Amino acid sequence: MIFDSSIMALIMVSAIVSIMLIFAAAFAIHIIRFWDIQSGSEQQLILERRTYLISTLLIWALSFEFLSLLLFIYNAESMSGQFVGAMCATGVLNVNPWGWPTLFLKVAMFFFAAAWLALNYLDNRGYDYPLIRYKYGLLLIAVPMAITEFILQWFHFSEMDPNLITSCCGTLFSAEADGVAAEISAIAPGKAMPALVVSSVLVLFSALWVALKGRNGWLLSLSGLAAFCVSLISIVSFISLYIYEHPHHHCPFCILKQGHDYMGYFLYIPLFLAAALSLSAGVISPWRSIPSLTASVSKMVPRLSWLSLLLFMQFFLTAAWSVWRSNLTMLEVWW
Amino acid sequence: MISFLRKHKYLIDYTLSTLVRNKGKSFALLTVYTLIIFMLASVMLFTHALRKEAVSMLENSPEIIVQRLQAGRNALVPEEYLQKIGKLRGVTQKSGRLWGYYYDPAVKANYTVMTAGQASLPITEIIIGAGIARTRGLSLGDYLTLRSQSGEAYSFKVSKLLDRKSELVTTDLLLMSPLAFRRLFDIPEGFYSDLVLSVRNPREVRKVAEKLVLLLPDSRPILREEILRTYDSVFSWRQGVIFVLLMGSILAFVIFAWDKASGLSAEERREIGILKAVGWETSDVMRMKFWEGAIISLVAFLLGYLAAYAHVFFASAGLFESVLKGWAVLYPRFQLTPIVDGLQLATLFFFTVLPYILATIIPVWRTSITDPDAVMR
Amino acid sequence: MLIQLTDVRKVFNQGKANEFCAIQGITTHFEANQVSCLKGASGSGKTTLMSLIGCLSRPTSGRIQLGDRVISGLPERFLTEVRRHTFGFIFQRFNLIPGLSVLENIMLPAYPQGLPYKNLKARADRLLDQFALANKSDNMVEWLSGGESQRVAICRALINEPQILIADEPTANLDSQLSAEFMGLIDELRKAGKSVLISSHDPAVFESNVIDRLVELHDGCVVSEDV
Repeated sequence: MIFDSSIMALIMVSAIVSIMLIFAAAFAIHIIRFWDIQSGSEQQLILERRTYLISTLLIWALSFEFLSLLLFIYNAESMSGQFVGAMCATGVLNVNPWGWPTLFLKVAMFFFAAAWLALNYLDNRGYDYPLIRYKYGLLLIAVPMAITEFILQWFHFSEMDPNLITSCCGTLFSAEADGVAAEISAIAPGKAMPALVVSSVLVLFSALWVALKGRNGWLLSLSGLAAFCVSLISIVSFISLYIYEHPHHHCPFCILKQGHDYMGYFLYIPLFLAAALSLSAGVISPWRSIPSLTASVSKMVPRLSWLSLLLFMQFFLTAAWSVWRSNLTMLEVWW
Repeated sequence: MISFLRKHKYLIDYTLSTLVRNKGKSFALLTVYTLIIFMLASVMLFTHALRKEAVSMLENSPEIIVQRLQAGRNALVPEEYLQKIGKLRGVTQKSGRLWGYYYDPAVKANYTVMTAGQASLPITEIIIGAGIARTRGLSLGDYLTLRSQSGEAYSFKVSKLLDRKSELVTTDLLLMSPLAFRRLFDIPEGFYSDLVLSVRNPREVRKVAEKLVLLLPDSRPILREEILRTYDSVFSWRQGVIFVLLMGSILAFVIFAWDKASGLSAEERREIGILKAVGWETSDVMRMKFWEGAIISLVAFLLGYLAAYAHVFFASAGLFESVLKGWAVLYPRFQLTPIVDGLQLATLFFFTVLPYILATIIPVWRTSITDPDAVMR
Repeated sequence: MLIQLTDVRKVFNQGKANEFCAIQGITTHFEANQVSCLKGASGSGKTTLMSLIGCLSRPTSGRIQLGDRVISGLPERFLTEVRRHTFGFIFQRFNLIPGLSVLENIMLPAYPQGLPYKNLKARADRLLDQFALANKSDNMVEWLSGGESQRVAICRALINEPQILIADEPTANLDSQLSAEFMGLIDELRKAGKSVLISSHDPAVFESNVIDRLVELHDGCVVSEDV
């Protein structure tokens, strides 16, 4: 399986990102030890110039990571033909125990990256780089994450056995089966729907609050992450049903397919971006008390919050619209 | 926000003028870059299109083929088997097939001989594929003589030529009536080459196959989905292997790009120094260099991909015909159906643009940190 | 007081065998709306001092104050920010970028700020008019004469509307008549409210009556200065 070109590309990207991060981490350790903004020594000048390299490395690493997340799902989708029982990405991820953790780690890396870049952007606006040690310390966490991701992904692809019979979305996301996925699917839309409404109201209000007040970003981060989780659960629990117009098809990946108007992209892209922005707002807002950052924080936090608000709204409206236009009526089943 | 966009517009403007000013260098890089993308994209488009072709060819074939094994070799299937299968649940249709190969010493080629299905063909007439017609110089109404198993010669009149569009599959095909087939190959009445079963519901196919093996212990059911799966993995494996072979050229390209990006002439170095001295920041220079890379990559990607598209779909992959296709004598002349696939595009991007970016990050950074006071020294 | 330097030192190749102290603890100041001149033989540290004042590089130690802002501890990113809005530079060898037109060369320093093209063009045209270059605006800079190149360099230095103009050996590549013309232009700029800092070892410059204040350097130290 390793010889598949998309798989080779994915493995290559993971390896490259890991190497880039290890590189950046080595510089980061150097900076944490020797950074002294007051000094005009050549050592300090060299360190300052390296920060540009590290920022660039990270921006690229993180954009590659994001692209590889897309490619990973795409690839899983297209490989479904090669496994007995697999009909979409779910089946391929189920081929061995490494598939799902790889996906989750990629998502985690995406959010970490977004938060780190926001922090980096903010710090670069303070003339004394007040967060420099903190942010490069944080960077060191990304290294084990990237390496773990590389290893998990390697196992996932190298242990793929085309003769294995895997279970696909039909069995995994069916309310009768066991396991987390099944439990999520089994969550009655009667519960998931109100939860989605409540979390959406919460997140929209907290985004509005933070956008207007320019402070308490953590509020938005918390409600944003909650809304993100509830939204994912809702997609599995009931939104997908309306898109498929099928009362038992809970798969979160098939909505990415052409047959369903690529609805998945319109749901996932705003959702992921909105969650990343809300997280960034929370990461940034505590630094208002640092004098050199005050101005930048009070400019950035409202901006991030407005953007996050807009994207969340787009997600909720798209979700509501896809339920509304659907021919599926579940009234008598659920209520 | 607007000033941010405007700033990037200025940077792009400047980058374009720089690229034009360093024509020789940009052109060399662009050529090599385009060539790499062209090669990889050709391999990709070609194998992918072949795979799709194979898959679409199988789409109308029956879900299950049943062969009989005798001492581990294919044997003729007696007609009673059809009765033995009887009424298996889920099977909507079942029938026996007659088919085989005929070696024609005149052109040293194998024909695939099948029986014409519904269209009842007179015993003296045949339908032939375009490849046979070409090599034997046959046209409608001509006669083709075949020697039977027992040595007698039979003459058949060509009553129809098969459609050119499906030439990839039908180039060596020869269709005749069942009676003529049995006579030619000496196959007794009541026996078939294999049996085919249609199953409506794809989920029942495996169950049916299991029952078949129980019912007819000497049979071997072959599932369509299995063939499809094999095709899928064989083609992606093939593509992967070619990519590994091309890895060397990608590496060479990376080194070339690295060299081009770091080997700045004195003039270019001075230019960066001037920019920094008059008020450009390190990150502005890096952004400008980013656009340089982006523009070159975009142009190379478009040119390379379009060239590959034309090469594969209009010129029938002329450059690797002889390597990748297997028909020796009855060589099919065919046009692949153009397919552009998102996953393949993304993979191609990762194989070409990503190495390029990687090769240029450090040289670009080194250029960008030129001392702003360098021009004063 | 516009610029105040306190015990400023600049060391190159720190800690290596070829360590070299270009500026050895200079304390001086420059006033607003004056033409000041740094005088000294080549190698006396004029250029290094100019680049320190102009935020092109950072002192190894010491303190530089611009107005009421200390700039000596700023990282490069913010130094550039300050430089862009405060200083305009005229270099010894003009340092125009060949292959670009006069207009493009002049607008170059303003690109990273993302101003609307119309405003930027209007500003450049005004400068071109002022320095009698209006008919050369689309010419390539490599076709210009020495005096014209010099004037293009001045326009470029003024495009971001800086408060202070820094000129490093501006007359080194000009004949005596052009040098006198240049000093005339400098005088006009001062009258328009700019402060100018010139480094030179050309008598045509430091003996000119345009100069308000003369500071003489030798081996990285101030040897004499007008009060």
